[in-house]
Amino acid sequence: MLSTESLKKIDREIAKYPAGQQQSAVMSALRIAQDEKGWLAPETIEFVAEYLGMAPIAAHEVATFYNMYNLQPVGKYKITVCTNLPCTLMGAESAVEHLKRKLGIGFGETTPDGKFTLKEGECFGSCGDGPVALVNNVRLCAKLTPDEADRILAGLE
Amino acid sequence: MANEVIFHSIHLPESWKLENYLKVGGYDALKKVLAEKMAPDAIIEQVKASVLRGRGGAGFPTGLKWSFMPKNYSGDKYLVCNSDEGEPGTFKDRDIIRLNPHQLIEGMIIGGYTLGAKAGYNYIHGEIWECYERFEAALDEARAAGLLGKNILGSGWDFDIHAHHGYGAYVCGEETALLESIEGKKGQPRFKPPFPASFGLYGKPTTINNTETLASIPYIVKHGGQKFLELGIPNNGGTKIFSVSGHVNNPGNFEIGMGTPFSELLKMAGGVKNGRKLKAVIPGGSSVPVVPGEIMMDLTMDYDSIAKAGSYLGAGSVIVMDDTVCMVKALERLSYFYFEESCGQCTPCREGTGWLYRVIHRIEHGLGKPEDLDLLESVAGNIMGRTICALGDAAAMPVQGMLKHYRNEFEYHIQHKKCMV
Repeated sequence: MLSTESLKKIDREIAKYPAGQQQSAVMSALRIAQDEKGWLAPETIEFVAEYLGMAPIAAHEVATFYNMYNLQPVGKYKITVCTNLPCTLMGAESAVEHLKRKLGIGFGETTPDGKFTLKEGECFGSCGDGPVALVNNVRLCAKLTPDEADRILAGLE
Repeated sequence: MANEVIFHSIHLPESWKLENYLKVGGYDALKKVLAEKMAPDAIIEQVKASVLRGRGGAGFPTGLKWSFMPKNYSGDKYLVCNSDEGEPGTFKDRDIIRLNPHQLIEGMIIGGYTLGAKAGYNYIHGEIWECYERFEAALDEARAAGLLGKNILGSGWDFDIHAHHGYGAYVCGEETALLESIEGKKGQPRFKPPFPASFGLYGKPTTINNTETLASIPYIVKHGGQKFLELGIPNNGGTKIFSVSGHVNNPGNFEIGMGTPFSELLKMAGGVKNGRKLKAVIPGGSSVPVVPGEIMMDLTMDYDSIAKAGSYLGAGSVIVMDDTVCMVKALERLSYFYFEESCGQCTPCREGTGWLYRVIHRIEHGLGKPEDLDLLESVAGNIMGRTICALGDAAAMPVQGMLKHYRNEFEYHIQHKKCMV
């Protein structure tokens, strides 16, 4: 269900917690599973639950509570843009409008070629660099003007 | 006076590396603690003398919090660092981890020693992935150098620290939701009491401190609490990192003494963008009431001064707004955040945040009714104090603050179906 490499990463996470508390690794394990599979299908979540010896419903609760998990397939590049107050004051709206127009999609949608998903995000804790966007949950893009958005898109091939 | 305590070395190349932290006296405080076998109570006395108050937003005295941990407890105890920084306007902990992770680690080790903890966990906001990786790399460096793990610096004392990442939930910045999250559950706050000092992580005594709080500890141990206190003003000890965002020319973090005039901080941040007029400031993160610009210009940046103006210093997260900002729209953005981030556990917050957002949304879009402002005040008042955690209050206070100072803009919006500005 998951590659040996992913399982090794999960085991490293489990080792951080006291014996018998392997459920503590569920957030990491789901993240590692998502990195491998692209999204968390119900059977992936249940596999993680079984691997950690926790009830499947408890793993589903975690996967549905935290908003960086993809519960549906997403594009090759998921671009999450922060639209909270500081980012809005610093120009998030024009960046979002530009991205929507250029990609031809709205928030929560994926381009027909499966390359880009656009998502509205909540605060990334990086307001000084606003407006900010996050690519595939890991790469933070700062000072997102329409030009900067073009540059980022051009680099995602 | 700037950059004395935590940001003292961030101008140096690769300030985050262990070898560079050691060059500026890094881990000297830990070495002193272990070499002198300092009594935990003596360390707590220094922290009390420093008047360090929790930098995560609540401003609770750190020394007092540390003294709540049971001393003679025979089982495991834990220290947890709260780096789940995700309130709009806050971005200081990210720079601490990014630029000076070892000072945080040193502070956590000294905290672990003082509290008799078995292990420490640093819960890092999920969206700042590069910080999570950098913190893990710093932990590896510290372990390899014998500063962390088994038999620290030959003292015979074991203590390890691990990084745990969030994955998108503002509420996990609330300390008991954070504990639930480390335990591998959805992050819903716990009812208190019991407080974490008696029933915390895995049901064990636990102390939770903010990143900036813990990163201040090495300075206090090294130089004494009094010296730290003197960097600030009475009852507001030390320096504080202020995060300035919004309509300024030079947004960013500024570590300055508590009690510095707001006007000076604004100058450091390059002043209001494009030379426009300052309209309003949210001085402590999106959850605190807004303060009109002209009042703000007379305040100093410390807990007491901001409280006198009817707001809070919070985490020192300063959102600056110029005279082009429509307060209805600003509040709509804020209220959407709390609606989205309510964990759903308490009815007043789950339902109330939705009501607040929908009513403000309709005012912003020209569909407001004259009675809506009373409705907003009623909903906000019915959330306040009626929820397990502070997220409910955090959703209500911005609404109350905006209506207190800018009610006329909301009335204008309802009447004319457009912005006043």
